[in-house]
Amino acid sequence: MDLVTELTIFVLSAFVGFVVISKVPATLHTPLMSQTNAIHGIVMLGGLIVAGFAEGALELVIAFIAIAFGAINIVGGFMVTDRMLGMFVRKPKPADDPEEVPK
Amino acid sequence: MSAAVIEYGGDLSVLLYVLSFSLFIFGLMRGTHPRTAKRGNLIAAVGMAIAVVTTLLLDGVGNWGVIIGGLAVGTAVGYIASVRVQMTEMPQMVALYNGVGGGAVALIAWSEFRHAPIDFPLEEFVPVLFAAVIGSVSFWGSNVAFAKLQDLIPTKPIAVPGQQIINALLLVGVIAACVVLASSDDPSEGLFIGLLIAAAILGNLVVLPIGGADMPVVISLLNAATGLSAAAAGFSLDNVSLIVAGTLVGSSGTILTLEMATAMNRSIPNILFAGFGGAPAAAGAPGEERPHTSIGAQDAAIKLAYADSVVIVPGYGLAVAQAQHAVKEMANELEKRGVDVNYAIHPVAGRMPGHMNVLLAEADVPYEKLREMEDINPEMPRTDVAVIIGANDVTNPAAKNDPDSPIAGMPIIEANEAKQVIVIKRSMSPGFAGIDNDLFYLPNTDMLFADAKAAAGEIAAAIEDL
Repeated sequence: MDLVTELTIFVLSAFVGFVVISKVPATLHTPLMSQTNAIHGIVMLGGLIVAGFAEGALELVIAFIAIAFGAINIVGGFMVTDRMLGMFVRKPKPADDPEEVPK
Repeated sequence: MSAAVIEYGGDLSVLLYVLSFSLFIFGLMRGTHPRTAKRGNLIAAVGMAIAVVTTLLLDGVGNWGVIIGGLAVGTAVGYIASVRVQMTEMPQMVALYNGVGGGAVALIAWSEFRHAPIDFPLEEFVPVLFAAVIGSVSFWGSNVAFAKLQDLIPTKPIAVPGQQIINALLLVGVIAACVVLASSDDPSEGLFIGLLIAAAILGNLVVLPIGGADMPVVISLLNAATGLSAAAAGFSLDNVSLIVAGTLVGSSGTILTLEMATAMNRSIPNILFAGFGGAPAAAGAPGEERPHTSIGAQDAAIKLAYADSVVIVPGYGLAVAQAQHAVKEMANELEKRGVDVNYAIHPVAGRMPGHMNVLLAEADVPYEKLREMEDINPEMPRTDVAVIIGANDVTNPAAKNDPDSPIAGMPIIEANEAKQVIVIKRSMSPGFAGIDNDLFYLPNTDMLFADAKAAAGEIAAAIEDL
């Protein structure tokens, strides 16, 4: 890929990101952050690639830590987001409010 | 010995990477509504699985012991953390995730540097340097943010004398080192490591002076920085998936940063470089006592039970006291009596964007009841009782009325417009901004001095007994 292609992809992604994320309501901002943490775990791909050409103890350790960090982001990020969003969806709608205990 | 099925940069790998980032975008699009967001998260996770499996099958990927070990350790840590973390601790967790993300990028950049060819093209070298610097800054900055949120180091702004100058010098040094490295035929690894260390010190020094209430901005900003560093790594590795995913994260962090800064009516440089709240509170004259009224849980219960509409204004104190379930209990008692209960959420309530919403969702408060500031403020004059629980500065009418106030111009939840106000708080102590809250001294405001959780529980019990 040449630099122009990469810059084009970068700029277009930034616009897509702004449009999509602007629509996320404030209520979901915490899950949004943990989900973007998980998506950021994509850097693990870099760790996997550099592991391929790693030589010597130092480079192996670097690759190991980078992969572990990336995996923490991916697994932890998606799972904790799922846990949080589960709290938002299991609510009954106010229309069928069963809370009617006469006092 | 390698799986070696897919050629790096070949059509198949690019196709699969495009599929993976499309699923990220699609997943984020579903994140715009609480009902569809869970599915969206799953879709994004599928995209990630495709990206990871594609990479594992790439020609040239090897050292499987390291890969499997790293995956196993990371998966175990991520799994345990995600299951164990309390909802009140989400800011810490996101800070840590920002940190490990930045750390991974810095390490990858280091590894790439070591394998750089003699005539490393600038279009790849510059992203490597950028990734190294931003990755290192975010790793250390996030660790400091984590330590502050976890109360391992004081959350108060820590002022270092001459700090601005030190930061400026470090920044100049970092840029100079980058230029030297990029223009050298045989760049020295010692200088590269020095660059990583200088960026690390910068990350520590920038976040250290920032106080707890500014954490929503800091966390968002670090989130944006890690995203951009991942995109930079994508430029140097020629990996389209990294560029797109990193940029998406960068956009998200940037939007949140701007929203948080707007909600505090402060500019980002001001938050980063001027220790807010570190400013002397002398103007507030702490000795001077202004008259206020205080009530007990019983009286509060009566006021609330005979209201038609109640708005609860939660703040960080609610998280500290773990009061979300007790508050929901109180709201349940009120709703049983036909009182309309809503929650007014200030954008910077808590320690990260959306912190209060997640806590209250955990306590089963329906998301329709979690109202944004602009949405609920017009209803405040028609509200019978506003209950402030663990919030302070975000309700201070001085932000609107007193142009000399340190928080002048900050948008607030207009609780002072409600017919009556009950403030649940442990003492009259000022909030983070270090200034008195005029709301506490209004004639229609009653102070209920207690721990948020205990008070909400007592009120709930008292309402039940009425």
